Amino acid sequence: MEFKDYYATLSVSRQATQDEIKRSYRRLARKYHPDVSKEADAERHFKEVQEAYEVLKDPEKRAAYDRFGSNWKAGQEFRPTPDWDAGFEFSGGFSEQGAFSDFFETLFGRTRGGRAGAGGRGFQMHGRDHHAKVRIDLEDAYQGAVRAVSLSVPELDAQGHVATRSRTLNVKIPAGVTVGQRIRLAGQGAPGAGGGASGDLYLEVLFNPHRIFRAENRDIHLELPVTPWEAALGRTVTVPTLGGQVDLRIPAGSQSGSKLRLKGRGLPGASPGDQILTLRIVVPEARTPQARAFYERMEREFPISPRTELG
Amino acid sequence: MTELDRYLTGILLDECLELSLGDLCRLGRVTREEIMDMVTEGILEPDGDAPQSWRFSGRALIRVKRTLHLQRDLRVNLAGAALALDLLEELEALRCHLD
Repeated sequence: MEFKDYYATLSVSRQATQDEIKRSYRRLARKYHPDVSKEADAERHFKEVQEAYEVLKDPEKRAAYDRFGSNWKAGQEFRPTPDWDAGFEFSGGFSEQGAFSDFFETLFGRTRGGRAGAGGRGFQMHGRDHHAKVRIDLEDAYQGAVRAVSLSVPELDAQGHVATRSRTLNVKIPAGVTVGQRIRLAGQGAPGAGGGASGDLYLEVLFNPHRIFRAENRDIHLELPVTPWEAALGRTVTVPTLGGQVDLRIPAGSQSGSKLRLKGRGLPGASPGDQILTLRIVVPEARTPQARAFYERMEREFPISPRTELG
Repeated sequence: MTELDRYLTGILLDECLELSLGDLCRLGRVTREEIMDMVTEGILEPDGDAPQSWRFSGRALIRVKRTLHLQRDLRVNLAGAALALDLLEELEALRCHLD
């Protein structure tokens, strides 16, 4: 079992007052809250911060924890002596966040989430809901797919210690799902206690970055490189979409940055998205004397002043 | 049979999904009174005039759960949760636009 340095987790000194601990906890809880934070690993950080606060906010638990002294380092192999908590009485009030670390459980007993896993004590409790993220490709969102989702689930082992078990589920991703949408899988959360129903699993859908496409809700954006003559004269070009290639007529007189819309070629749904193309004119390089002469002729024959609006 | 032939199908919590007040209470594990408070606060905007005819979208369930998390973990009140949710959703939309 690894020692946990709760003071380091909350970024406070061992001499910190209860108010300082509370302030630091509040700040870190906001920073790492999974519903708010964009930090990588926010959920893991948040749980650690909560566990640390669970101990340090309670003067009795804090005093018991302080008995181990400051020589322990986080991650160090740790075994408490059997009577380490003699003279302390913990008054309960455990968080409902679910399982804390093995270290916490050994020192302070089961959290309610852990106890629920142990099952039946004459009370009935609904299992907690779990949340996880699933990353899919845009093509999967367009066509629908079955994706394997790996989850780590804290569980009690035979000795009553918290162990993390990994579980893989094959989940149907419906066609037309968009970024940030959730899929609810009934009964795939934590088991209930005393005959209570299992919790649910909520999967948040995220997209892997795509080589050429970018999704915004159901619309798909693509930058389309065109030649100056395609833009000036109007031409039909072949354009990739998630559903395959389509022919697109570029209107004569198009400019770089012009947007064209392919209706209904975005992600499917009750109101399907569009594919939105932004033209980018690719200017040929003047590499040869002939090419230079050609550009010089254009300079004489197209006396435009594109910067008049700049004043 | 490959492993992917056996799979779970969930429900997509999108704007097409229609939930009654009872559905939302059951799925979010909240009381009618809590939902009504969230409607009053503008966190949820159901279609329909009376609670019996209210219809919520799948997104409402996500907002209910996020509200409960914010209340429980950060001790914000309902008005604060309403503000935080609106700002977070705006931030997510902007981030999506920037990507």
